[in-house]
Amino acid sequence: MSTAIEQLAPEQTISTSRPAAVIERSSLWQQSIKKLRRNRTAMLGFIFIIVMFAACFIAPLFSPYASGKVNLAVMNQAPSAAHWLGTDHLGRDVLTRLLQAGRISLTVGLVSMILSVVIGTVLGAIASYYRGIVDQIIMRIADLLMTIPNLPLLFIIGAILSEWKVPTEYRLYIVMLMLSVVGWPGLARLVRGELLSLRERDFMQAAEALGLNDRRKLFTHLLPNIFPLLIVVATLSIGGAIISESTLSYFGLGVMPPTPTWGNMIDAANTLIDFEKRPWLWIPPGLAIFATVIAINLFGDGLRDALDPKQERR
Amino acid sequence: MSTYVIRRIIYMLLTLLGASMLIFFLYALTPGDYVDNNMNMTEQRKAELREIYGLNKPLVERYTAWLGNVLEGDFGYSLQHQKPIMTLFNHYIWNSFLLAAVSTFLTWFIAVVAGVLCAYKSQSIFDKSVTIFIFAAMSIPSFFIGLFFIKLFAVDAGILPPGGMITTGSNAEGWDYVLEVAEHMVLPVLIVTLLGTGSLTRYFRSHMLEAMKQDYVRTARAKGLKERVVLYRHALRNAMLPAITLIGFELPTLFGGSIVIEKIFNWPGIGQLYMQSFTMRDYPLLMGFTMLLAILTVIGTFISDLLYRLADPRVRL
Repeated sequence: MSTAIEQLAPEQTISTSRPAAVIERSSLWQQSIKKLRRNRTAMLGFIFIIVMFAACFIAPLFSPYASGKVNLAVMNQAPSAAHWLGTDHLGRDVLTRLLQAGRISLTVGLVSMILSVVIGTVLGAIASYYRGIVDQIIMRIADLLMTIPNLPLLFIIGAILSEWKVPTEYRLYIVMLMLSVVGWPGLARLVRGELLSLRERDFMQAAEALGLNDRRKLFTHLLPNIFPLLIVVATLSIGGAIISESTLSYFGLGVMPPTPTWGNMIDAANTLIDFEKRPWLWIPPGLAIFATVIAINLFGDGLRDALDPKQERR
Repeated sequence: MSTYVIRRIIYMLLTLLGASMLIFFLYALTPGDYVDNNMNMTEQRKAELREIYGLNKPLVERYTAWLGNVLEGDFGYSLQHQKPIMTLFNHYIWNSFLLAAVSTFLTWFIAVVAGVLCAYKSQSIFDKSVTIFIFAAMSIPSFFIGLFFIKLFAVDAGILPPGGMITTGSNAEGWDYVLEVAEHMVLPVLIVTLLGTGSLTRYFRSHMLEAMKQDYVRTARAKGLKERVVLYRHALRNAMLPAITLIGFELPTLFGGSIVIEKIFNWPGIGQLYMQSFTMRDYPLLMGFTMLLAILTVIGTFISDLLYRLADPRVRL
């Protein structure tokens, strides 16, 4: 009996110490990343996004047509060995232009996402933390912005900006701002709701009892808990921003030529002859939007599964 | 319940008041008006017109006058069409409604059936291909797929009309007219339905999966009920409950038109009317339409909340 216990004891210490060492090495984040890397569709989406970014930001540097010079000798040519996606009415190479447009579209998507996440999180956090009148003011403004559906609201702002005769080279930055004006109310609502429920939890009462100051409570205890959710929502909203930007630019209320974006390249479809006879002008940018956004959505979905398994799929 | 409803209505009116201010000042602060558009007019004539339309009055006065009229159901007078805006809305809204009603019905029908089947045969090939389709539908810009389908089916194949509601110059009547409109509706309805089923199918699928894990489904199976009855009468009914809230949100879609699709397909709906007014700077019409959207959205949200409370008494708002 006693020998049995003696034999067991060292084994027990080993068996408890071993898993402990393993757990120490894998944090929650590492586990999530591991889970994400096992998700094949999500990784496929991720690789595609990387390739798309690389193609748009690096490939035009090696293109012989990168200057975008007008060359009337080769205008409106169908795809060929020299011009893989043909040329437009000014003799510019469509493939090079497509990649240059991708730079703008991807940047707009990324920057406007960051802006709306920052605004939404800050305002949502302030509203939930201070409550009372501050909460009322912030959330009523959010409600007000949400009474008008996104697309008409974007059209209105776009049209007003056209009236203010904003120089076309600044339109790009303004479109980013517009998208975040439309994007933040939903995010602020989400963040506020999450934080309101978190602050009732035991660990926040403990933080209260420890007498921590507001800054520490907010930044080291509350906000880290919504990071997984924020990362998922942020990723998925890049896709939405790219689609909104392209819709606006297609209708001439977003980023304007000569700055190319995928949206305003599809504008070629508004000319009957280009629409019917020169599909290489407007189909590639549409497919580029489609492929990029689907990759972002697949990746975002994988992130959701990895980071937030309890989160309800919407 | 009644205090809740009253509180909710008061809040709704306040929101709309705020929205009316937002909308009015957005447009009023925009430089350039309808009169500016006309190059042929002399300065004197422009001033006269501004006097007639009241464009030279102080902002606050114009706002209160406009709001007063809106409260009486008068959205003003379209400068471009020279008709009361309510008459225009009344004319165009039904074209939008026709398109939206057919596609909303199809969307919901397909989404419910596909969602149930996917949840029932979860992880099957059918489920996986539907999931791929859902992602595709959520990732494609509606204007592009619209253009692409016009190119494919109308220009290249020539089997469907490229746009409009009737063939230009046609004066078909009776049954012929119905057929003609139906033919023109195929493409826009197809696209709205395709794009709409994506997220809705996903919604039903996840709620069905949740419902099928519940004990009452096991009980129903244990009682020896037919699988169909278990699925549709026991699981689906419970899964549909949260979907009730979505019905209210369909309100702006049904009556507010679809700006992008109507524009692409040249459908004479209210969204198309709206897009035309942008280039003409027909601000009374633009303000009226935006206000209409705000009203529909706010009422839709209200209906959703009420339905949710009625359907699920456990919910305390």
